[in-house]
Amino acid sequence: MTTKSALTVIGAKPLPQETHSCWSCGSMRAAHFCEACGKVQPPQPVDYFTFFGLPPRLDLDVTQLEKDFYDLSRRLHPDLSARAGSDEQEWSLEQSSMLNDAYRTLRDPIRRTEYLLHLEGRVLEEQSKIATEQARATGELKKQIVPPDLLEEVFELNMQLEELRRNQKMQEDDPALISEIKKHKTALEARHEALLQELHTHWKAWDKLIAHTQPEGAPGSEERAQITGKMLDVLNRRNYIRNLLRDVNAALES
Amino acid sequence: MSADHIVGIDLGTTNSLVAFMQGETPLVIPGEDGSNLLPSVVALDGNNQPVIGNSARKQLIETPERAVYSVKRLMGRGVEDIQDELKLFPFRLADDLHPGEVLRITLGDKTFTPPEISALILRQLKRNAERYFGGPVTKAVITVPAYFNDAQRQATKDAGRIAGLEVLRLVNEPTAASLAYGLDKKQNGIVAVYDLGGGTFDISILKLHDGIFEVIATNGDTHLGGDDIDNLLITIALDDIRGDLGVDLRRNAEAVQAIRKAVIEGKIALSSQPSIKLDIDLPQAKRYQREITRERFEQLIQPIIDRTVGPCKQAMKDAGLKPEQIDEVVLVGGSTRIPKVRALVRELFRREPHTDLNPDEVVALGAAVQANILGGGSLATQNMLLLDVTPLSLGIEVAGGVTDKIILRNSTIPASATQFYTTQVDGQANVAIHVLQGERELANDCRSLARFDLKGIPPMAAGIPRVEVKFLIDANGILHVSAREQRSGKEAEIQVQPSYGLTDEQVENMILDSFDNAEEDFRRRQLIEARNEAATILAALEKGKTSAAWGQLTTDEKRQIAKMEKALIAVKAEDDHAAIRKGIDALNQGTTRLAELMMDTAVSSALKGKNMDEADLGEGPTAPHPMAKAEFE
Repeated sequence: MTTKSALTVIGAKPLPQETHSCWSCGSMRAAHFCEACGKVQPPQPVDYFTFFGLPPRLDLDVTQLEKDFYDLSRRLHPDLSARAGSDEQEWSLEQSSMLNDAYRTLRDPIRRTEYLLHLEGRVLEEQSKIATEQARATGELKKQIVPPDLLEEVFELNMQLEELRRNQKMQEDDPALISEIKKHKTALEARHEALLQELHTHWKAWDKLIAHTQPEGAPGSEERAQITGKMLDVLNRRNYIRNLLRDVNAALES
Repeated sequence: MSADHIVGIDLGTTNSLVAFMQGETPLVIPGEDGSNLLPSVVALDGNNQPVIGNSARKQLIETPERAVYSVKRLMGRGVEDIQDELKLFPFRLADDLHPGEVLRITLGDKTFTPPEISALILRQLKRNAERYFGGPVTKAVITVPAYFNDAQRQATKDAGRIAGLEVLRLVNEPTAASLAYGLDKKQNGIVAVYDLGGGTFDISILKLHDGIFEVIATNGDTHLGGDDIDNLLITIALDDIRGDLGVDLRRNAEAVQAIRKAVIEGKIALSSQPSIKLDIDLPQAKRYQREITRERFEQLIQPIIDRTVGPCKQAMKDAGLKPEQIDEVVLVGGSTRIPKVRALVRELFRREPHTDLNPDEVVALGAAVQANILGGGSLATQNMLLLDVTPLSLGIEVAGGVTDKIILRNSTIPASATQFYTTQVDGQANVAIHVLQGERELANDCRSLARFDLKGIPPMAAGIPRVEVKFLIDANGILHVSAREQRSGKEAEIQVQPSYGLTDEQVENMILDSFDNAEEDFRRRQLIEARNEAATILAALEKGKTSAAWGQLTTDEKRQIAKMEKALIAVKAEDDHAAIRKGIDALNQGTTRLAELMMDTAVSSALKGKNMDEADLGEGPTAPHPMAKAEFE
């Protein structure tokens, strides 16, 4: 019934920020508020990077992002327009919700990458329609394809988890089994860490590519698709491991 | 004083307060009885007129069927949500309630919804503030538990409107408290606010950064507080009485209220004493006596206060912080006076919590700070900005009864999410959307907020329409929904059926003082209050004349006083409240020396330590209102 998107406009490409004049004092301005009189401006449908005046780069300086977030909050938050007209209040509400949504997405490395992939028209496995339909057809919750290099390990781990749950039900204790599972857990955590490292190298490649936009980094180019494809692969594997780790932790804690 | 006072209100489960910023300092405005706390109790008097606060509390013992307390527990909830409450609280629901309908409580032979009862409390606070300012008050910031859901917030906002207040902002209680604390200590760091009140528990973790108060995680339980301790003690007493004396008093409302009053007093005393003795007169000339040591009390309440541990740990986990990374812990709410609660907080966060500000007042003071910020700010609040979060995830029910979360808990508000919907049948014109709030996977386990019907989708083949629905949580934590069909660009109509709430029309009809009469009512009330105060000071003067101190005044002083007395008697008969106030002030001034003399003489034992003004009158609008001092154990 639903398709999902975090964006106002699905698949929107970064728009060059247009220049407008302030509705209140007439000064030229190019941001969310007027530099001259401080008034909040009607929101423009832009992507989150553009909202912060950034190119779609992945290796972001999060400290600077936080500073920009605080500065913009001091301009856009509805508290500041509590005494203003209803239009201004409405704009301030929309602008600050966009600011918060954008900051929440960009400050987190995974969400930021997912968002960029989304802008590039890439779909994560977890969210893909096909996966959802398949899960629905079999009447199960969404399942993911096991990354091939993990098949054997996952098979063994699932058996052990099942045994652990059985033991817990019978109130039996098997320290050897628990120690085996913990070993798997450590291995998975190491894999997770390695994937994040790998993602970081793809970030660097992406940032380098878009720094020289012409001609190979142009939207839709093969180079672009190649890098986003690699990132997509990392995220899919990472999501799988994260879910697995969640199951392991839940089993160990109960 | 400017005409546009915005007050801060703490609408509590047990007590409510109103405060405002006087210059650079937030102050609590006392009621006519001089008390800063207005008990959140509402009763109907013999003439079916509502009474609020201490007088209602008296009625709670005498005519419990005409009084109600802890109504905050019912805000924004349906009859099926409150089955646990009904076992423990003497809420008398209306007989003709239907499932899904807004609750109605019976007082005498009338019924009231929870927002209406809260509105009566708010109106009393509004009057207290108006009396203090000598002018109407129409705008307020009201605090709510951080863990309140959408329906509970909406109900609170409705209560404000019914009371004739424009609610500029709902602020989360722990966040408000942090504002009050942050006013003095402009510093950066991580602060945890542990707020255990009469009926609700909140934990909020904030990051303070150059005047920005950024909430990073919040958690809580909207049905956990001092009330639960009281109910436990009442249950124990009732069981004891049944066992020892062989009488079952559970259905005897008067006796239960007498027991409740005694155990609450005992509970409070146990914060400073090693043991207390309950001694309660019961019907049929029976008597219940029992000693409770602090040790026993602490054992009894352990399971209750342990329920705060889970939310604290979850909030720290959500914030990605360890206890060592938290710089300060602040205690809020009357229940944090209990030494065992303090010990628990100390252990949880591994540091000594702050208790500098009165835990009963700090939320109201913070609400006043936020009111000041919304009013344009002042030197004290400039640069202060509150960035709060939504406590619960917002979700949509999708196929299979599963919740699809679209705004996660602890997202900074305002926050938004956009969903796209399409049709499943050719020509389908409506799409039903079920909005949920909560953390559970299944829709049935989450709180149903509302059902929306998207209507008027242009006729198209199945799957072709693309309806964009925007969900926006505003700075009050309240949800707004708008929809647009993208293929046709047509605004889709949304019909909202809040799961538990009043419609706009119902709220309109409940507004207490219709605005036509508001000014007139206000003037009349001011006159009555001024006359009452004049009568009190005149009576006090009569009494003073019989004291030994009177003889020590000079003839000239006596003549001056007589003149002012005569003038006050004269204006009291007129209907100009300002003139009466002037007369009261003059007489107050003129009798200062008399009051001083009376204080010096032994005869004045009844007035000892006070001047005449304070002795009998309560606080007049011209009397100084220092911020009430924190209470220390």
